[in-house]
Amino acid sequence: MTGRIVAALAVLTIMISTGAGPVGAQMLVNGAGATFPYPIYSKWFDEYTKIDPEARFNYQSIGSGAGIKQISARTVDFGATDGPMTDEQLSKAPGALLHIPTVLGAVVATYNLPGAPTVNFGGDVLADIFLGKITKWNDARIASANPGVSLPNQPIIVVHRSDGSGTTYIWVDYLSKVSAEWQQKVGRNTSVNWPVGLGGKGNEGVAGQIKQTPGALGYVELAYAVKNKLPVAAVKNAAGKFVTPTIASTTAAAAGSAKDMPADFRVSLTNAPGEGAYPVASFTWLLVYKDQPDQVKGRALAKFLWWATHEGQRYTDELLYAPLPPQVVTKIEATLKTMTFNGQPLLAAR
Amino acid sequence: MTTATLPARAADFPRARAVLARGDRWFLRVLRGAALTLVAVVLGIFLEMSVSAWPAVRAFGVRFLTTSTWDPVAETFGAVPFLYGTLLSSLLALAVAVPLGIAAAIFLAELAPTWLRGPINFLTEMVAAVPSVVFGLWGIFVLAPLLRTWIQPALGSTLGFLPLFQGPPYGVGMLAAGIILAIMIVPYITAVSREVLLAVPNTQREAALAIGATRWETTRMAVLRYARPGLVGAVLLALGRALGETMAVTMVIGNRPEVAASLFAPGYTMASVIANEFAEATSDLYLAALVEMGLLLFVVTVIVNGLARLLVWRVGGPVKQVRE
Repeated sequence: MTGRIVAALAVLTIMISTGAGPVGAQMLVNGAGATFPYPIYSKWFDEYTKIDPEARFNYQSIGSGAGIKQISARTVDFGATDGPMTDEQLSKAPGALLHIPTVLGAVVATYNLPGAPTVNFGGDVLADIFLGKITKWNDARIASANPGVSLPNQPIIVVHRSDGSGTTYIWVDYLSKVSAEWQQKVGRNTSVNWPVGLGGKGNEGVAGQIKQTPGALGYVELAYAVKNKLPVAAVKNAAGKFVTPTIASTTAAAAGSAKDMPADFRVSLTNAPGEGAYPVASFTWLLVYKDQPDQVKGRALAKFLWWATHEGQRYTDELLYAPLPPQVVTKIEATLKTMTFNGQPLLAAR
Repeated sequence: MTTATLPARAADFPRARAVLARGDRWFLRVLRGAALTLVAVVLGIFLEMSVSAWPAVRAFGVRFLTTSTWDPVAETFGAVPFLYGTLLSSLLALAVAVPLGIAAAIFLAELAPTWLRGPINFLTEMVAAVPSVVFGLWGIFVLAPLLRTWIQPALGSTLGFLPLFQGPPYGVGMLAAGIILAIMIVPYITAVSREVLLAVPNTQREAALAIGATRWETTRMAVLRYARPGLVGAVLLALGRALGETMAVTMVIGNRPEVAASLFAPGYTMASVIANEFAEATSDLYLAALVEMGLLLFVVTVIVNGLARLLVWRVGGPVKQVRE
């Protein structure tokens, strides 16, 4: 009896040790953060493993706030966020953190109107609707931007996200830029004290609410709106043009801002300059330490980031993210080259 | 054979007793340890939450319990609308679910033909196992439109003189949350109440029938009175679920931190705001305020349970009831 147990244990030990052989040669790079880019990140990790079989990435999409917390506590190797870290957060981190833009997303206004026409909104009009100052669809300020569209004499029922979200941050960041009153009364955050409206949980909660409520108006991610064929509004940009949200017009927002972009990429792209720029757009960022604590992992991360911002961009189309414009990629290259281990650059060969 | 072993056993007896006693002692220790672990977990949760909530407690003090503004940007936090929403939605749910659940339990335990009991019991237990997100989706896509287009306009035109039924019909709101919660807790009330009623001794029924009571009188006087503490327990279990339910409620309540008299108006609950905002809350004070909200929910649950125990105690034991 005892002999059999010993034999079984021996077999088990052999199995474990042979199984552990190849795993030991790999390294696991852990990350956590934003939920919005999760689909493309998991696609990237999957594809990248085919190129570099040594590198395994593990990503927990637990929210931007938690991503910032975990990278600041060094419990993960990289973080991810939909809103840039504040100066205060950066100063609390144990080392210098880099923001690396990976893709762009846009937030769109969607609504429930008979016939689902394309409606044009000025930014100030959107702000006043969300402030509760414009309450009817046939208000003169909406009608003047929409000649030929029949707008019903119906109350506007505002729907917003109830959960804290990067989507909300981008939306209210835009409203803060176009309306002084919004900036002063409400401000920007991942969730705010909404003056009016109903809260829906997640993109699907907001979209569901809008679908069920005649006269409803809310905001969702561009990708979600496209996939579900929701009617979307054209929004007036900084150049005074009404722009329909598309992948191209989202990328145009980053291209328009590229010239004056700060070196750390902590920039808001809402209300960006440029004729074709859709004004409610934003980067999403990966967060990595400039000086990596582990040479092998650090090199893997740097190489992955290079790949993701170059070859990886071709996966954006099928997943409905907007790719980075070339001007921005050039700037990212410079930043990635500053990543070091013990003062030695990790991407020296490039 | 027997006579040969007996003395041997007798000789062994003191030692065997010592072994047994040692076993008993260990048994007692293990059980006591298990019971104390529960106490330690509850105290641990309370302490940990108090420590994490401390920055908010210090910053807002009693204002947290008396103000209604929830503004993450300005970092002013008041819990009143959430407290109100949690209590009102749970009360509403109980108002619907208690009569329904107990009536169903009486039917199942006292009146239903045997062939019908099995299937109904099975279905009841199945409803209890449905994930709450499914109830929530059903709420958004079926219940809310139904409320908005039919039920709320009808209530508004007939009972609109009451502040409870005024305001625009959104569909989602306090009423929708109450109804969803009611549907979710009915199976608990029914299942537990049924067991309680089945545990009432048959002598109770026989005695009542013997003095000429009708079926209804027997149930009311002999069965329900005897079972009252157990029924209160069933309702408590359901109330606990209603107070803490998060996902389904947040999907249909409208998530608006406001104290409104109307059941048509959107509201918010404590559990919902924690679930909604915790993941993306970045500032320390904001996080502390959310933890304090959790602490408050904890305290509310303890108070509600305490009140209910008091109620059971006041109502008294079954024997006293029957003597009255």
